Amino acid sequence: MRLIAALALGLATALPAHSETWDETLAKAKGQTVYWNAWGGDARTNAYIEWVGQQTEARYGVKVAQVKLTDTAEAVTRVIAEKAAGQNSGGSVDMIWINGANFLSMKEQGLLHGPFVADLPNAKYLDLSPGSAASVDFTVPVDGYEVPWRLAKFVFTYDSARVAEPPRSMQALLDWSIAHPGRFTHPAVSNFMGATFLKQALIELAPDVSVLQQPVTEATFDATTAPMWDWYDALRPTMWRGGETLPENQSVQQQMLNDGEVDMAMSFDPASAAAAIDAGLLPETARVFVPDGGSIGNISFVAIPYNAANRAGAMVVADFLISPEAQAHQQDITVLGSYAVLDPARLSAEQAAAFAALPTSPALPTNTELGATLLEPHGSWMTRLTDEWAKRYTK
Amino acid sequence: MDDAPDRRMGKALHQVTSLADYTPRVLPGRRLRLLVLVVVLAGIILPVAAGLWETGIAAFGLLPAIGADRLSLEPWRKLVALPGFGTSLRLTLWTGFAATAVSVALALCVAAALQTRAQRLGRWLAPFLAAPHAAIAIGLAFAIAPSGWIARLLSPWATGWQTPPDIATVQDPWGIALILGLVIKEFPFLLLVTLAALRQIAVRPQIAAARAMGYGRGVAWLWVIAPQVWPLIRLPVWVVLSFSLSVVDMAMILGPSNPPTLAVAVTRWFADPDAEMILPASAAALLQGIVVVFGVAAMWGAERGLAYTGRIWLRRGGRGATSEPGLRVAVAGALALAVLGALSLAALVIWSLTWRWSFPNALPEAWSLRQWMHPAGGWGQALATTLIIGISTTTLSLALAIGWLQAEDRARLSRARWAEALIYLPLVLPQIAFLYGLNVAFLRAGLMPGLVAVIWAQVLFVFPYVMITLSDPWRALDRRMLAQAAALGAGPWRRLVAVKLPVLLGPVLAAAAVGFGVSVAQYLPTLFLGAGRVATLTTEAVTLASGSDRRIVGTYAVVQAAVPIAAYAAAMLVPAWIFRNRRGLAGVAS
Repeated sequence: MRLIAALALGLATALPAHSETWDETLAKAKGQTVYWNAWGGDARTNAYIEWVGQQTEARYGVKVAQVKLTDTAEAVTRVIAEKAAGQNSGGSVDMIWINGANFLSMKEQGLLHGPFVADLPNAKYLDLSPGSAASVDFTVPVDGYEVPWRLAKFVFTYDSARVAEPPRSMQALLDWSIAHPGRFTHPAVSNFMGATFLKQALIELAPDVSVLQQPVTEATFDATTAPMWDWYDALRPTMWRGGETLPENQSVQQQMLNDGEVDMAMSFDPASAAAAIDAGLLPETARVFVPDGGSIGNISFVAIPYNAANRAGAMVVADFLISPEAQAHQQDITVLGSYAVLDPARLSAEQAAAFAALPTSPALPTNTELGATLLEPHGSWMTRLTDEWAKRYTK
Repeated sequence: MDDAPDRRMGKALHQVTSLADYTPRVLPGRRLRLLVLVVVLAGIILPVAAGLWETGIAAFGLLPAIGADRLSLEPWRKLVALPGFGTSLRLTLWTGFAATAVSVALALCVAAALQTRAQRLGRWLAPFLAAPHAAIAIGLAFAIAPSGWIARLLSPWATGWQTPPDIATVQDPWGIALILGLVIKEFPFLLLVTLAALRQIAVRPQIAAARAMGYGRGVAWLWVIAPQVWPLIRLPVWVVLSFSLSVVDMAMILGPSNPPTLAVAVTRWFADPDAEMILPASAAALLQGIVVVFGVAAMWGAERGLAYTGRIWLRRGGRGATSEPGLRVAVAGALALAVLGALSLAALVIWSLTWRWSFPNALPEAWSLRQWMHPAGGWGQALATTLIIGISTTTLSLALAIGWLQAEDRARLSRARWAEALIYLPLVLPQIAFLYGLNVAFLRAGLMPGLVAVIWAQVLFVFPYVMITLSDPWRALDRRMLAQAAALGAGPWRRLVAVKLPVLLGPVLAAAAVGFGVSVAQYLPTLFLGAGRVATLTTEAVTLASGSDRRIVGTYAVVQAAVPIAAYAAAMLVPAWIFRNRRGLAGVAS
């Protein structure tokens, strides 16, 4: 399957005449409205998507309508329901903000359009060499089926007025939580942020990290996760509400940090604390920190379902998302503060200057403070990990 | 040879002689009746049945789109093995039955305690009836959370809390917050239904007689009035039970999360990235339907049991003078709920005007109109969509309801029980049991998800409420007016347009307001059949409630609550204004 997809990608890049030219795509896209299915829980992301729509409408006559999801899987289900009804064209989902398990699921079931990334003019700014961050999604090869658009890196947020020195390792976190019972929690593990917290702990506590890059097996799972479950069993009773209840997602937890219900939150966006202070959603004293050993990083993608009604429009919007201009606007902390996915080496001096000129904030970590970026484990680990967690703690 | 004239003559004579009990073989208004029946069957019953069917076959392993094409019990086995399934089911049963029992008990006790004085209460209940579940839930969470408004009002001077306490007041594992939210919403509905039922019973003389025999106020009501009221409110109680057992939006906001109630779990399983989950999710959706059927059956059984034991108790002849404190407690409880509800709605308004409000300040330290100043793209868009859907569904439902009632009138038929059951069917069946299947059925029929599908799906739930609200006042119309109009030569349509509708303007507008309020509050139908593209105030508010910005959530929830409340207010004020010089009609309108 993977081999065939790789061959197909090779074919598509080798024979550009096979697909339509970009000018044809632009012509087809004109006048289309792209229904972009994206998680809608973050007001700033929503505002950024609105800005993208204004730009693409002005430049290419392509409108964007955000379909605000509470969970990305809703869009996947919808495409499946359409396939169930035999609706193989004119589908209701044009573009999905996607990664990880959802991407794996859609790719395996042939629900995605592609490979198309190499057809986008702005793909020249991406580093798509095999093994690069933008060519792998949770260790699953992207194979040209999705376009990277924003960088995510796991960070903790805390209120420096209440916590003088944050714990910078999972062991230190346990000690801290024992000393401050009820002041730590993490998002529900069914949510990607909660799952990421577990993965971060797993990477730190696993006896052998290298097996995490392979698909999980029964033998490796038990041996690799045992220290983490011991650690979690010790941590859980010290957590907020004894760990019986967990906040639904990181936004809810950020609000709990703001209210003082807990002393820490977590985020996949290093600029989120600075952004939240700016929006009045966190106290001025909020800061971020990263465990000493570094933290998990991944890239958010957009993909186009195989039956999308406005495929050309979706390609135009995806292409705009990876333009240096959109990427610089997105990295502005007053806008989104999401780090760019472009390869800095491929930018012109003028384009690079636009990034250097972006505003900064005391709550915004420097690149040194952000530390090393750890690789996401293979997607099968996350599924297995969350299943096992649910078995152990959902009663 | 040709004896036809004779036969006609004989027939005519026969008709004259038996004019008193004459009923023509073909009742008048047959075409209208047929039309209404076809519309109701094809537009409402068929989609529900098709949705149930699609969900049902998926529950037994048939969903070709994901390669499932073998009939099996595997989905059920998978469902039972899902972590937290047992707890979810238990939670559902507990919260659903507890909320219904408390709501019914409170409604009956308050009606008993207030006796005839209760009739004026209707207007005060309107805001709670009109405000959508999601808005009440969001407001209640704002009020009772450990960092909520109540804790802020009492901290730190009374509690000593500088940071919120680590106690579970929202999303508690027992589901108490969810029960509280459901009761705040359902108790006023049941009270209103009870008050309407009481109007059909001669309460005052019967109570007077019972009290003269020495029975206490509460007991007299329980022995004499309640058995007469119960048959009249049984169906609404079932609707409340079904709703409480299967509510999604409120349970997402107030209910426990790990695991959640069954309905929330089903909604999540349908949205699982693993497509295979659709099969156990369908099984669970079907199970949700079974739970409701079981719940209704259990209630039926309990009713029988109560009637039996009640008679034994009754024959012991106790006068129950001590029931008085119980009634007072109930009234106090109801008042407390009303205060809590009002506090919740007020908290929504305050948050929508907040810039920064940190614990434990009783009020925001910085206010802002920012959320209100930018309706475009935000709540303005959602408001417009909500209005379009609400007005369309209400108009369609009202037309259908008036058609139905007019057809009954013309044939002088009273409503058959099966017809009543048809009306209630979409309300008693849990939405989740057929909405996913309905989605597939609509797609198969070529109806794309979107505004039209949402409007259609909402009519399934709006029409029954419009019908229920309009039926009683419609039948209570003074027939002598219609006889007069007929005597003056007005045909059936003219009688409808020139007499019935103007006289019934109040009830028609009230039914429209109820229907509109139901439409605004719909969450699951809008989500499933709009493919998420149709963003109404309710879907946006529920989505945003899972985010971090209470100020935006507050704004959406305020608009969401204000729209139906405005509709209720209009339904009360418009007839009062139009009939300001028509005392007789103003009475009908109230």
